Amino acid sequence: MADGTITIDGQTVPFTEGQTIMQAAEAAGVYIAHLCHHPEFRPHGSCKLCTVKAGGRHVAACTAPASDGLEVENESEELAAGRRALLQLLFVEGNHYCPFCERSGNCQLQALAYRYGMVEPHFPHFYPQREVDASHPDVVLERNRCILCALCVRASRDVDGKHVFDIVGRGIHARLAVNSASGRLADTDLAPGDRALEVCPVGAIIVRGRGFAVPIGERLYDHRPINEIGNRVPESEQ
Amino acid sequence: MSKIRIATTSLAGCFGCHMSILDIDEKLFDLAAVAEFDRSPITDIKQCGPCDIGIVEGGVCNAENVEVLREFRRHCKVLIACGACAITGGIPALRNGVPLVECMAEAYLDGIGTENPSRTVPNDPELPLLLNRVHPIQEVVRIDHFLPGCPPPAEAIWQAISDLLAGREPTLSYTQLHYD
Repeated sequence: MADGTITIDGQTVPFTEGQTIMQAAEAAGVYIAHLCHHPEFRPHGSCKLCTVKAGGRHVAACTAPASDGLEVENESEELAAGRRALLQLLFVEGNHYCPFCERSGNCQLQALAYRYGMVEPHFPHFYPQREVDASHPDVVLERNRCILCALCVRASRDVDGKHVFDIVGRGIHARLAVNSASGRLADTDLAPGDRALEVCPVGAIIVRGRGFAVPIGERLYDHRPINEIGNRVPESEQ
Repeated sequence: MSKIRIATTSLAGCFGCHMSILDIDEKLFDLAAVAEFDRSPITDIKQCGPCDIGIVEGGVCNAENVEVLREFRRHCKVLIACGACAITGGIPALRNGVPLVECMAEAYLDGIGTENPSRTVPNDPELPLLLNRVHPIQEVVRIDHFLPGCPPPAEAIWQAISDLLAGREPTLSYTQLHYD
């Protein structure tokens, strides 16, 4: 497949051979909602928030290749409603208590829910029971907030070369596991400075001593929506 | 024109949302010009009569909460879920991961610093029975509008009330919508 152009909501966007719709959009500065995608890592295609309509079909923009002349629909009412429903499912599936979460205001899940005007979870809450791993001196793993995006899995395996995390189990039983004999974070070689600690889009991986460093009103997504500033980790957490 | 009637209540909440209602400050005068309060901590009226707007803070944690919430739904044309606890269960829902019996034992029998020589858990018939789990209010009755936040900012509360007074669908701006 050679270079060419696609259109996203009518805007012409060039792509180079091998690029996905998401990569072409990012290069052109067009925002497509996402949580599990990160430009530095191989696509995972699991959160489905980047679902767009390409050539009339629903595809995940982070895994679907761009092809010449492809017409992509991104910000339609229909897709927004679908994304809002996905976000509501993510919220009720975990235990997301924004009022006391360290990542609140800098959280990409929360920011996308704001962006799509989610005012209530719509679905009945699961209130699942999930384990918190506070064994590590520098890091807390808060599985209640994990959305299984696998960014920490990819960062630890592909960048840090440590393979500290993995996702085990299937369907509703899937959970973020720690790759040590005891299953505890303290028994891994996870260390401050690891890339895996800087990619969590929600508040599942918390580095100790940093919580609430930035006051309400000055956080990343307090005043501007995520489609304007992108999926970012604030400087205070790098 | 007769004044519209507003009722408010706090179920399993901390009254923080009510503090935020009071935080509309001088707009309370604008509100008092067109509305009067029915059942509310502001009036101390104990039973809700026919109302135009009901504002409910807090989730549902016991039998009394269920009764009050149903009373509000019966009497209020428009019911607003106000704040994180009403919408998600909030902090009280943290007990949802712990069996009720263990919660009571921790609170009344075994908790650090607990002094309870009779070793009994309060069981007076006047005490509302706790539910096994704390529920968001939309899992119990139909809710018309939602105001997220812990608490929702006063501007968001005023926005919703003034939208309703003007006959509009309440719409929150980006900075008025937050979950914390």
